[in-house]
Amino acid sequence: MHAKRRRRALLAAAPWMFTIGFFVLWEILVRVTGMSTFVLPAPSVIAEALWQFRGPLSLHSFHTAWMTLAGFVIAVVFGLLLGMALGASRLVHAGSYPLLVGFNAIPKVAVVPILVIWFGVGWLPPVLTAFLISFFPIVVNVATGLATIEPETEDVLRALGASKRDIIVKVGIPRAMPYFFGSLKVAITLAFVGSVIAEYNASNFGVGNLMARASADFNVPLLFAALIALAVLGVIMYAATAIVEKRMTGWAQRSQMASA
Amino acid sequence: MQAFVDIHDVTHIYSGAEDGAPAVEHMTLAVREGEFAAIVGPSGCGKSTVMKLATGLQFPAKGTVVVGGEEVTKPVKLAGMAFQNPVMLPWRTTLDNLLLPLEIVQPHRSRLRRHKAEYVARAEHLLAEVGLAGQGAKFPWQLSGGMQQRASLCRALIHEPKLLMLDEPFGALDAFTREELWCIIRDLHAEQGFTVILVTHDLREAVFLADRVFCMSARPGRIIAERHVDLPRPRDLEIMYTAAFTDIVHELRGHIADARQAA
Ligand SMILES: Nc1ncnc2c1ncn2[C@@H]1O[C@H](COP(=O)(O)OP(=O)(O)OP(=O)(O)O)[C@@H](O)[C@H]1O
Ligand SMILES: [Mg+2]
Repeated sequence: MHAKRRRRALLAAAPWMFTIGFFVLWEILVRVTGMSTFVLPAPSVIAEALWQFRGPLSLHSFHTAWMTLAGFVIAVVFGLLLGMALGASRLVHAGSYPLLVGFNAIPKVAVVPILVIWFGVGWLPPVLTAFLISFFPIVVNVATGLATIEPETEDVLRALGASKRDIIVKVGIPRAMPYFFGSLKVAITLAFVGSVIAEYNASNFGVGNLMARASADFNVPLLFAALIALAVLGVIMYAATAIVEKRMTGWAQRSQMASA
Repeated sequence: MQAFVDIHDVTHIYSGAEDGAPAVEHMTLAVREGEFAAIVGPSGCGKSTVMKLATGLQFPAKGTVVVGGEEVTKPVKLAGMAFQNPVMLPWRTTLDNLLLPLEIVQPHRSRLRRHKAEYVARAEHLLAEVGLAGQGAKFPWQLSGGMQQRASLCRALIHEPKLLMLDEPFGALDAFTREELWCIIRDLHAEQGFTVILVTHDLREAVFLADRVFCMSARPGRIIAERHVDLPRPRDLEIMYTAAFTDIVHELRGHIADARQAA
């Protein structure tokens, strides 16, 4: 009994211990080897930079978050619509799938120069890159949810005289929701990658741009501080979508709920 | 009297079948209104196909299917169906699952919103009849397999269909739950007088419930024998231990064995 409780306390403490341990090890490694700050700054130096540049860092982080969210929202709307069209119509599915796959195979970084030519340097390239990079998983998931209705369910409804539309509204869409919300976690992460990449290359603002400038100045501590800011931002956005997913599709997580 | 479900000389080939071989061939089957018919046969012989043909989910390549005096050219709109897998929608409560057919079938569809209370009462009455009183608020995944199967039976009956199609609905249940559900379906049939077509692997189930049992041949399926079950109704579970009952089961067993031999 006692050992069990200790084990549980240990398990709860483990994430903290490992995280702190990681940074402590890093600090020791840098100090012992006397590594230059230009190569790998110690965590203490990064913390200093974080504090020193807290103003610009938070400002640019907010901007990046906005770019990511804007691209993400467009991706959600577009992904839902296209996913439904794909899932509901075999013709649309068969016709557009090769195009979609081909499009998805393009590394989206390669699109940024084209976006710059079209829209110039500014807020549009990050938003559009975030959108382009993140809509695909949403489309695929929504389409899959719609297309994998159990044949028996469909039979039950069709024998009642249900139209195709009835079946999509009553079964397809609710069924696709867990797939949809599950894909949001992937999509937001991708959107984040997209906006930062585009900011790095084609913007005067945002964490990506801050990093581009820090890199030109060889300000390595600031570069790492920006990385930390990105990590925090990424975790927040991921966690937010994970919470939304859990809220919206409790029934799909029934196994966990039942055991809780 | 004209048959309620009349499948006449039907041959069906699935469009997805690679070999192009028919699933059923020269199939003829007539079920009277209010009759309880059972179909037995070897696995893969086309029993589920007959269900799909009778409900307009598939259309025959040859022959005619007439249900309720009309030739079937589209899904029939009047059939309740239940399968081996209860296929309840997990995001709806059991009660809402039961109401689903009413959201599809007219005239309930347009009445449902205004007369919700009346329909909910009907659903709860049905739930009580299958021994699920007060379970409507639970989600299907909070029910056991047997309870889900009862609920799926209720869903098949909620819109008071004239035709009930049961495709091995008791197959996955334990022996006791199965017998309990036999009695439930027996009583519902006696009470409401709908027409039932039951597909089953279990000869005792077929003989206990049905007025007539049809035996199918191996694929391509057709009816090779038809047995009128003249046991008096209402039938008690005890009847399964009488000689008359066992004789019929035995006779049907012989037909199935022949069908499998021939395959
Ligand atoms: N959608 C389909 N496409 C192609 N062939 C099919 C399809 N559905 C069934 N078949 C074939 O038709 C034949 C009859 O199938 P059916 O499902 O009617 O059999 P069954 O008698 O219900 O079998 P079981 O007792 O195992 O449920 C089988 O050989 C099967 O392979
Ligand atoms: Mg079958």
